[in-house]
Amino acid sequence: MKFAVIVFPGSNGDIDMFHAIKDELGEEVEYVPHTADSLAGFDGILLPGGFSYGDYLRTGAIARFSNVMGEVMKAANEGVPVLGVCNGFQILLEAGLLPGAMRRNRELAFICRPTQLVVENNKTVFTSSYEIGETITIPIAHGEGNYYCDEETMKLLKQNNQIVFTYEGENPNGSLEGIAGITNESGNVLGMMPHPERAVDQLLGSADGLKLFQSIVRNWRENHVVNA
Amino acid sequence: MYKVKVYITLRESVLDPQGTAVKSSLHSMSYETVSDVRIGKYMELTIEQNNQDIDALVKEMCERLLANTVIEDYRYEVEEVVAL
Repeated sequence: MKFAVIVFPGSNGDIDMFHAIKDELGEEVEYVPHTADSLAGFDGILLPGGFSYGDYLRTGAIARFSNVMGEVMKAANEGVPVLGVCNGFQILLEAGLLPGAMRRNRELAFICRPTQLVVENNKTVFTSSYEIGETITIPIAHGEGNYYCDEETMKLLKQNNQIVFTYEGENPNGSLEGIAGITNESGNVLGMMPHPERAVDQLLGSADGLKLFQSIVRNWRENHVVNA
Repeated sequence: MYKVKVYITLRESVLDPQGTAVKSSLHSMSYETVSDVRIGKYMELTIEQNNQDIDALVKEMCERLLANTVIEDYRYEVEEVVAL
């Protein structure tokens, strides 16, 4: 399986993402610049964390109009798995590939620490290797992870099982319903504030993020490798 | 030329964490009559005249980029100025 790590001006989680895929997961991965015209040949698309375009105007607002995003949207609509982490999640929200928006953290401070997440839905291509209700340790590092959507949207998120991860215990940023990660309606686009790519080895304090990437690969193989 | 002033604020229904913090600070400074603070953004755009519908143009830019209408409201003022 071949992954693309999209690199925007100001991305800083791109190298962690690349490392997780190449060295920990053992799959093919390439950096793709924000100027790229095509994502042909990639089976999975990763939007990394960071501060694309300096978070000017709003987080993700300018990156969302960069050249490569047309291709990301096309791939997302074709069913290619797209994972946005942290700033990547914010970009997916601004692009309208996921519903809702981000506000500043409730306490305004930038928070950087491990969090406990509950796997609320393990019937997605991103979470099928987890148990439902499993608690996993994944770090967060953000100033704007305070997820918001209107009541109607929240009703739909629940109805369609689009809430995939919630924070266990204390809600670190004030996000509605303790939401840490959601998918789109068809389940092939996941946005999450915690960084699974920074939890892929016990040396990093947790390897709980690895199963997320393994889930993507396993589901892709089941669908694409007929003679495996 | 047009000078366009755009004001963007969080929608009434959305809690403004910055505004809340500034309000508490004002209260601790004894300005207890302040009942609400909303923090927003102010932008000035200079736009060339080109037989376009300036209202439609500004609205479109606000909806597409300048504001995120999921959480923000916008309003604007258009002033026609003579280019020097």
